[in-house]
Amino acid sequence: MSSSAIAIQFLNGLASASSLFLVAAGLSLIFGVTRIVNFAHGSLYMLGAYMAYSLVEYFGRTPLGFWGGVMIAGLAAGLIGAVLEIVLLRRLYQAPELLQLLATFALVLVIKDFALWVWGPEDLLGPRAPGFDQAVAIAGRAFPEFDLLLIAIGPVVLGLLWLLLTRTRWGTLVRAATEDREMAGALGVNQAWLFTGVFALGSLLAGIGGAINIPREPATLGMDLSIISDVFVVVVVGGMGSIPGAFLAALLISVIKAFCIGIGEVHAFGIDFSFSKLTLVVEFIVMAIVLVIRPWGLLGRPSAVARGPGTVEDPLRAPPRPLLAFGAAMLAILVLMPLLSDAYTLVLLGDILVFALFSVSLHFIIGPAGMHSFGHAAYFGLGAYGAALALKHLMPMEAALFAGPLAAALGALLFGWFCVRLSGVYLAMLTLAFAQITWSIVFQWDTFTGGSNGLVDVWPAAWLGSKTAYYYLTLALATAGILLLWRMLYAPFGYALRAGRDSPLRADAIGIDVRRTQWAGFVLAGLFAGLAGAVYAFSKGSISPEVVAIPRSVDGLVMVLLGGIQTLTGPVAGAAVFTWLQDTIARNTDFWRATLGMIILVLVLAFPRGVTGMLRRRFMREPA
Amino acid sequence: MSALVVKNLSKAYGGVQAVDDVSFSVAAGELLAMIGPNGAGKTTCFNMLNGQLAPDTGSVEFEGRRLTGLAPRAIWRLGVGRTFQITATFASMTVRENVQMALLSHRRRLGALFPVAAHQYRDEADALLGRVGMRDQAERACAVLAYGNLKRVELAVALANTPRLLLMDEPTAGMAPGERNELMQLAADLARSSNIAVLFTEHDMDVVFTHADRIIVLAQGRLIAQGTPADVRADPRVREVYLGSLHA
Repeated sequence: MSSSAIAIQFLNGLASASSLFLVAAGLSLIFGVTRIVNFAHGSLYMLGAYMAYSLVEYFGRTPLGFWGGVMIAGLAAGLIGAVLEIVLLRRLYQAPELLQLLATFALVLVIKDFALWVWGPEDLLGPRAPGFDQAVAIAGRAFPEFDLLLIAIGPVVLGLLWLLLTRTRWGTLVRAATEDREMAGALGVNQAWLFTGVFALGSLLAGIGGAINIPREPATLGMDLSIISDVFVVVVVGGMGSIPGAFLAALLISVIKAFCIGIGEVHAFGIDFSFSKLTLVVEFIVMAIVLVIRPWGLLGRPSAVARGPGTVEDPLRAPPRPLLAFGAAMLAILVLMPLLSDAYTLVLLGDILVFALFSVSLHFIIGPAGMHSFGHAAYFGLGAYGAALALKHLMPMEAALFAGPLAAALGALLFGWFCVRLSGVYLAMLTLAFAQITWSIVFQWDTFTGGSNGLVDVWPAAWLGSKTAYYYLTLALATAGILLLWRMLYAPFGYALRAGRDSPLRADAIGIDVRRTQWAGFVLAGLFAGLAGAVYAFSKGSISPEVVAIPRSVDGLVMVLLGGIQTLTGPVAGAAVFTWLQDTIARNTDFWRATLGMIILVLVLAFPRGVTGMLRRRFMREPA
Repeated sequence: MSALVVKNLSKAYGGVQAVDDVSFSVAAGELLAMIGPNGAGKTTCFNMLNGQLAPDTGSVEFEGRRLTGLAPRAIWRLGVGRTFQITATFASMTVRENVQMALLSHRRRLGALFPVAAHQYRDEADALLGRVGMRDQAERACAVLAYGNLKRVELAVALANTPRLLLMDEPTAGMAPGERNELMQLAADLARSSNIAVLFTEHDMDVVFTHADRIIVLAQGRLIAQGTPADVRADPRVREVYLGSLHA
């Protein structure tokens, strides 16, 4: 690269950093004060972009129309954020962390369909910013004026936030609450309004971040999840709750990305390597490196002590007889199903069984092991792709069915080594990062994984070819997998996992190597998620990168949490209800996401302990 | 023979010398109390013995084996039991299961994937619970126990690997006065009958002077006195540290 090309790539990086920083600063503020990992933050970014597009079209493409549109879109996003906080999140501050996450994800679904309803499915590219629509010559190359403006906006907003946080009384309260929420509360800070205010400010930043980008990038329905994973990375790399950290991380990641695009294809040591393909993963690689070296991010500090009892699980008792009888009856019905139902129902039941195994394997790691994984789809996907690729290149289907889970276990062995070094939100983000790395490898390696098209002709062997035969295979493998995972939880190993979660201090003091135990648990969970993925691949006959994508991981979380994380049977019930709901709603309405999101919100607000938790309390007269 | 030998232990935080050249030893079957005013370095000293903190200089030896540099779990495997100032138990497990965990770990059976954990070493766990008077509460969840009972459970857990040294950090902190002597009496009886060396820190002087065989006194990181309760009670330096120079 010539020196002028380097300069241009550097500026490109700085220009993309600004919008990213705005959104990340908002998320960081919200997390710092409320401790909520707000998935819906990306949705407010998306709304900001869409609203700015419409407003600018309405006001006219004049400087006033453009900047007025951007500002009003930002303010509207802030207002929406405040309303969401008051109506929904305020009711959930006492709920378990994962349930809050579930609620914010439900918001993502609702807002996405709202945007679809209002703006339609087409991408909407905004006009060039009036007054900044020319290019200037930098180092002999043309560089858009608007990008220079963006470069300036980042530091300006950083400065304004710094003034707000250090020079105003409100800012002092925000910093106090970030440092120690309970202490701030004990000192008489009105938490309700502080939280609403922070949510409004954070959402405003997200909205402006989206609005300001419309001349460069179109508003699309997929931008909510794509920005949220970028922003999670920025916030985690910078240190949760640190605004300067978010700025530094946004710069670092954007500049590295810009250089990857700029370098492009490189030919070295006889291999062609495409740096531009690296852009989808490079931020996650940066994050993995930073987290291993500095587990609290570049400028973050070890998270403040969380006081209070949290929710303590009841001891694990042997399953009561009525439950065993119920399970046996269910199994008998499932065995008889091929005689009773049509092919469609059989396929749906097969899906339910696969996702029941997937969600039980996820529960294994987030429940008893206490490791909150946001990226369990990685192992489902590795299992699916492992099995499909093994079938294509190496072995018959019967063997490939088991090669898939092994591939997933190997992936979990590698990723788990990093993950067990972290805990809490940082662990969750790292698991998400590994899932995204897996996704982008699968998505881009056209010659091996089929890229975005995926792999086709992944059919089971002839003797398993009929719907009924494959259903029985699915039933057998899913049931065996679920029972094995449950059995392990009753075994000393499962107890050791819970010991490491309940009290790492005591576990260490009685000779338990907590990290190694968690690592082993991670691999086992990956193995069984991989089995679910392999069975899934052959049931569909084709797979696409969707099996590794973020929504798949979130589906798993929804199933576990919907069913109730504190029970063993919960994840199975959650998988059944969720898969069935998704299928039913998708067949009956175009807005299935919003419907599903609303149902999840209602369930979260009504049953904060999950569906089975509610049933258990009701029928076993358990104290609340 | 001394079970625990501590030589020239030092630790500084920034410019503050938290523990300064401390040496002492504990014999098998002996109850040694470590006392001192707040900030004397007791907790720092304790955490260097149990592997949670690395000393700047000095050594800790248990039955002739160097403990410095070992992880807490490795120290436990050598036969050192611990109880914590703020009890640490597995809240989602029953009282019996807490003890079973220590027994399973002691036998290196925690990797097993298929046997039912609750059936392992059940009688042995109940016997240990019997020794601390918690046999009748074996089925209860640790999360719902009264604090004094949690302390008893911790003691049973600490005894599960038949330790030859017991480290107890403020064993009676947070307990009602009546319970304190009772618990310490229990620990003392168990230690003497099994010939276990016990090192404990304690704020309650009544407990210390009633149960300790010997006492060491720390002040500002230094060991300023040691001896029998009577010696320590009479020591003018100890009086000065605790009561101030007014009475000297």
